[in-house]
Amino acid sequence: MNQHMKTITPEATDLSRRSFLVGTAATGLVLGYAGVPGIGEALAAPSNFEPSVWYAIAPDGLVTVTCGKADMGQHIASTMAQIVCEELGAKWSDMRVNLASNDPKFNDPVLGAQITGGSWSTMMNFDAMSRAGAAGRMALTEGAAAAMGVPASDLVVRDSMIVHPKSKKQMSFADVVKSGKATKTFTPDELKAIKLKTPDQYTMIGVSVPQLDIPSKTNGTAKYGIDVMIPGMAYGAVVTPPVRFGATVKSVDDSAAKKVPGFIKAVTLDDKTQTTSGWVVAVASTYANAKKAAEALKIAYDGGPNAKVSSQSLLDEARRLQKLDDSGQFFVKDGDPAAALGTAAKVLEAEYTTSINIHAPMEPMNATAEFKGDILHIYSGNQFATRSGAIAAGAAGIDPKFVVMHQMWLGGGFGRRLDADMMVPAVQAAKAIGKPVKVIYTRENDMTMDFSRPLTYQKVKAGVDGDGKLVALSHDVVSAWPTQRWGIPDFLTPSVDKKGPLDSFTVNGSDFFYTVPNHYVRAIKNEMAHNATPSGQLRSVAPGWTFWAVESMIDEIAAATGKDPAQYRISLLDGAGKNDGGAQRLRNTLLAAMGLAGYGTKKLPKGEGMGVACVSSQERATASWTACVAHVAVAPSGEVTVKKLTVATDVGTQVHPDNIRAQVEGAAMWGLSLAMYEKATLKDGGIEQTNFDSYTPLRMSQVPEVAIAVIANGEKATGVGEPAVTVIAPAIGNAIFNASGARVRALPITAEAVKGSMKA
Amino acid sequence: MPTLTINGRSMPVDAANDTPLLWAIREQLQMTGTKFGCGAGLCGACTVHVNGEAVRSCQTLVGDVAGKKITTIEGLAPKGDHPLQKAWIAEQVPQCGYCQSGQIMQAASLLAKNANPTKEEVVAHMDGNLCRCMTYSRIQKAIMRAATEMRTASAAGNERRPT
Repeated sequence: MNQHMKTITPEATDLSRRSFLVGTAATGLVLGYAGVPGIGEALAAPSNFEPSVWYAIAPDGLVTVTCGKADMGQHIASTMAQIVCEELGAKWSDMRVNLASNDPKFNDPVLGAQITGGSWSTMMNFDAMSRAGAAGRMALTEGAAAAMGVPASDLVVRDSMIVHPKSKKQMSFADVVKSGKATKTFTPDELKAIKLKTPDQYTMIGVSVPQLDIPSKTNGTAKYGIDVMIPGMAYGAVVTPPVRFGATVKSVDDSAAKKVPGFIKAVTLDDKTQTTSGWVVAVASTYANAKKAAEALKIAYDGGPNAKVSSQSLLDEARRLQKLDDSGQFFVKDGDPAAALGTAAKVLEAEYTTSINIHAPMEPMNATAEFKGDILHIYSGNQFATRSGAIAAGAAGIDPKFVVMHQMWLGGGFGRRLDADMMVPAVQAAKAIGKPVKVIYTRENDMTMDFSRPLTYQKVKAGVDGDGKLVALSHDVVSAWPTQRWGIPDFLTPSVDKKGPLDSFTVNGSDFFYTVPNHYVRAIKNEMAHNATPSGQLRSVAPGWTFWAVESMIDEIAAATGKDPAQYRISLLDGAGKNDGGAQRLRNTLLAAMGLAGYGTKKLPKGEGMGVACVSSQERATASWTACVAHVAVAPSGEVTVKKLTVATDVGTQVHPDNIRAQVEGAAMWGLSLAMYEKATLKDGGIEQTNFDSYTPLRMSQVPEVAIAVIANGEKATGVGEPAVTVIAPAIGNAIFNASGARVRALPITAEAVKGSMKA
Repeated sequence: MPTLTINGRSMPVDAANDTPLLWAIREQLQMTGTKFGCGAGLCGACTVHVNGEAVRSCQTLVGDVAGKKITTIEGLAPKGDHPLQKAWIAEQVPQCGYCQSGQIMQAASLLAKNANPTKEEVVAHMDGNLCRCMTYSRIQKAIMRAATEMRTASAAGNERRPT
């Protein structure tokens, strides 16, 4: 986590007071937006025992944990329940989960906002959930002690029971809640002073308990945003312009749409939040009719300033910017790379690119908006309730405090649902017709209006001395700046050359753990790409491209100096200076992956090769140490077959081993998909790929053999949802080189590029 | 007003004959387990059974299925305990879960005809169903687990059959 992220909002400063007021629901929890009508649903019934905002225990003993993080398949709600459950001493079958509203009392205890990303959730909530659980156990124990007439210190808590072993007296959590005797309160200091369990005392952490959300996802009952039904609601289908951003609507002819049964109105968006441009919503009684009406609208556009921009023009602009001496700002500046490159025995230079990529979660973007009295209710699965609520308010022209966000299960997030574009058509359509409206994007809307992973261009220069030692590395990263687009200064990072803040979510990962005495990284904003392709955070964000460049270049250096690429990495991970600790863990992880894959133990057939990569994704301060050995076969045609991916990751502490494996495997498959199968292009300002026939994520037949090793060494729990994405592409690229001598530097990797790069 | 025979019940739907079956199921009947993914038959999220065959409900019109037997995820097994659903839980398959109704319906149409599929047959049958969380290896394992259970159950049934 970056230092600057600790205090995003004023709420963060008094967060402990807000979050851990202990007492019964009736007295304790009228906080934040609780005075707003409609928010009451978030509060438990008065007879419940609510030891903290994070959970309530009902008189029947069921413990319902409220998860403030968006659950997009990473099972974070279940994970929060598991952490609470460990310290509370509840039985797993008594645990339930509930998704939080945007009430600030549910803000992330570290981030001070409701935002889910960065693989941050477990590491940043582990302590708070543990303390919440422990506080509840202590309050219940004191209540039970009073009821039984025994000292609290003699009581043992296990599986939702509080037992007095000497007298064999016992009470269940349900008994204590019903007795009303659980009344202990905790000050923030008392909470901080609670002595938590040590890992050897864990009975829940480290156990692969059944995920609480899974049964509902096998029988059709899990409710996603798209499933929301409000009595009397209408449906909206959006018509988006041929240009990704910057177009305006000149005129709308709805004469043909008026003949569609159930058609209500065509609403041209007036988006002062500038999240969308040139959108029209066709509103009708059913979605099928709304879609027909949308197709019948005749809309004339002004294409705007980006109407001629293409992928090639974005790349040309990136190359132009990189060549300028005064472009960008420094993210890393160690030593004097220019001087060191000047005196190096050998200098290598290469450019690496990645294409535009589309999130394409299986649930297309959608939102339902309902105005009830002064309150705007939004129903949608979203990763950034704090900001998305504000966008919805902006679209409605009201104060954000009058917006209640109802969180739903997310049918995939991957960063796409950090954005709030879907709020705008839902809100403005609902306002225009005076009824609730559910807006659903077609897949075509969803793909062409994605806040995509930006096209990136990186130029890397490396200097080695006479012994092949890496002495200098300069690294320029040119891209749109997805996080700057949010307009939240706290998410930006001061540049080391004091040229103003930069978007570190375009360069994270380049501040690696290799020891390189002269090292600089420049973050260069591609303004043209920023305007023409408003970009977003796609699963793994910057490390998804920075490690493509770094880990390919390290291999290129090893090849140029006649060294084994894995051993070369090990020599660079010497743990000197600022790299102490992290470098050793990464080295260990690389060795684990090599060992599991049998790297170097056998001669592979002609045309096959293994390649390695190791990464410290997501951010330097939040790294999960991850390494991959890819085994590929390359045909003379340049066709690549990925035979096996071996991934090792050091996650510190594992809360749920099976889930970690599921996440790491999913992330690795994302990495494979981005490396080999996914490419979007821009032409005349518009994204050319519109559905899964032209934008083609990995399918079952393309899944290779995968082996995963998880290293849990008792260090602090780290994130697992993203890091493995970033290690795959470079490992495959390096394996292709070892198999065929072809060096590929552009993602996705194509057979043409491999064949073109083979030595004749 | 067309009438649909769905999960064993006859239900009139207020939808024109050219309405995709998907939207009639989701909006008119408010059975939301069947999902919209692509609207073009490319992802399989909307898979249901029509007369036992897996079809993409986004590409099937209401007028074309009148009188035919339609089954959705809600009707696959009365208590949600089809061997595939149990296997999906046992293997902890779903991540976001959005595609999984379609995956289960697609797999069920395979196992109904072939309770002993090879891995290749499973892949060939399932390749049209996208999972963006990439849970493919667990989907495969769960199908194999369910197939084993179905074979075991049917063998047990045979043994108990009176002679």
